[in-house]
Amino acid sequence: MSCWQTIGDYAFRSLGFGERLLPRSDFTLCQQFTLIGSGLIWNLYFGILALAFGFFLANALAMAKASRSPLLRKPAEWFIFVFRGSPLFIQFFLAYEAFVLLPKAGIEIPLGITTITVATSWLTKAWAGALIVLFLNTAAYSAEIFYGALMSVPRGDIEAADAYGLTGWRRFRRVLWPTMLRLAWPAYTNEAIFLFHATTLVFFSGFPAFQQRGDALYYANYFADKTFNPFIPYPIVALYFVILTLLLTWGFSLVNRRLNRHLPSNTRSRIRLRPQLIR
Amino acid sequence: MFPYCADPSSLEGLTWLSCYLTTGKHISFYWSFLIVLSLLAVTAPLALLFGFWGARAARSSILPLRMLGKGYSAMVRGVPDIVFFLFFVIALDQGLEWLFHQARCPDWTEPVRQGLEFKVCPEAKIPPGSAPQIWHQLYGFGLAVFTFAIVFGAFAANVLYGAMNAVPKAQLETAESYGMTAPQVFRRILMPQMWVYALPGLSNLWMILIKATPLLFLLGVQDIVYWARELGGAKTGAFDYPHPDWRLFYFIGLLVFYLCMTRLSEIVLGRLTLRLTQGQATMAGEAQRRAGR
Repeated sequence: MSCWQTIGDYAFRSLGFGERLLPRSDFTLCQQFTLIGSGLIWNLYFGILALAFGFFLANALAMAKASRSPLLRKPAEWFIFVFRGSPLFIQFFLAYEAFVLLPKAGIEIPLGITTITVATSWLTKAWAGALIVLFLNTAAYSAEIFYGALMSVPRGDIEAADAYGLTGWRRFRRVLWPTMLRLAWPAYTNEAIFLFHATTLVFFSGFPAFQQRGDALYYANYFADKTFNPFIPYPIVALYFVILTLLLTWGFSLVNRRLNRHLPSNTRSRIRLRPQLIR
Repeated sequence: MFPYCADPSSLEGLTWLSCYLTTGKHISFYWSFLIVLSLLAVTAPLALLFGFWGARAARSSILPLRMLGKGYSAMVRGVPDIVFFLFFVIALDQGLEWLFHQARCPDWTEPVRQGLEFKVCPEAKIPPGSAPQIWHQLYGFGLAVFTFAIVFGAFAANVLYGAMNAVPKAQLETAESYGMTAPQVFRRILMPQMWVYALPGLSNLWMILIKATPLLFLLGVQDIVYWARELGGAKTGAFDYPHPDWRLFYFIGLLVFYLCMTRLSEIVLGRLTLRLTQGQATMAGEAQRRAGR
């Protein structure tokens, strides 16, 4: 069997297309590369969507945490504390168990004249359930970053905005928010990278892989279990993730350049990859 | 546990709960919290030690040593940590068994890797096949500790390397001009001062280490996640204490445990920072001096 054929069979195996049966013996390097790469689609899916939705919630949370009213501040503080203070692994388990307990038939919401039945079974699937957890988790971590950046917006900027007569929403939109984003961006880049790393936990926690459609690490673990040889599949995952990390850093540094375009080139903040392990 | 627990089916309400929560399996569950805490207690100093020597190696003037130190701390960047956890446990296990195999069975002719199998001679098995269960568990725990220490040591090396470089150069030069040797400068000037610079990074690392402990479950150790799943699962009438699926409540318990650990660490580390900044040549130290503390 040629390598192209293997790629044709297994390139979209993680989504359920192509060959159904996973290889059982005579594992080739090509199979391992293709299947693990196929699993990477899930990592990308979780990472990109959670990051995109999480960005908006994180902004809202950072605003709420910076607010003077305790009605807004307290819930935001607690949300951030709970999601940052507990392991993501436990959060996955907890969410899965909670979703499983929802009635299988769906929840009926009476609306006076008619009742709406909301289906809940899709929540127990990894594509939705795990995405929700990752979304809330990254929102909490990013909110803390954004809040920190908001607190370090230079006083002079705010005074200048006041002097120009900007108030309320316009002051926030034109002065506070861009500066906050600019200050937070290097840290936010790290958060994005580690969110992608965290997506490897999905299929190792509560969420089962339906019909063996898992992520990159799921397939790597499959190969390592079958061959008793960790020295090939895990380095392949590592390689894929190093490439992904480099691409992410590059993409985020483009945004960083745009955010800092008004500054002289020697005072711009650089993105430095800072290690952060498990969430 | 209690004398009135002899016949579980006749119990109700709080007495049922008090009996249920003190069954043998629940006692094992409570012990497994100690496993997590002991993992933290053993890993943290070990990782710090690894990190310390990693950082020293990265600052060394000997090129191979420097490359080794830098490579070690760069190792964990860019790759999900869980990959390391899964990888190291098998790799270490196989590596150790291979070494023993080489030492104890020199006249063993068959190859170690036969197709899909990893096979060493029976004398090289760790722990030996006849050993009691406790040794197997201890070996598994030891492997987990070592794996955690290697990975977290790499992060600690990064932090400590930065901290060593952050100590003002002028102070080191002054020490040299007083005739101190390089080890003396390191021991008397650099070491006492680097901690305050390392503390933010190290406390961050400690928080992450706490949150990494549920991964013990993936390494095959019977930790709190294992027991929570085991005990929480639905129990039919065949069991002494039948109950529906209670895993959610067990996991809420774990969540609260971790939140308490985080909060406690935050408070302790805050105090430690205050103590270490005393008399340091930093802004915080200066502020403390002004406040007259």
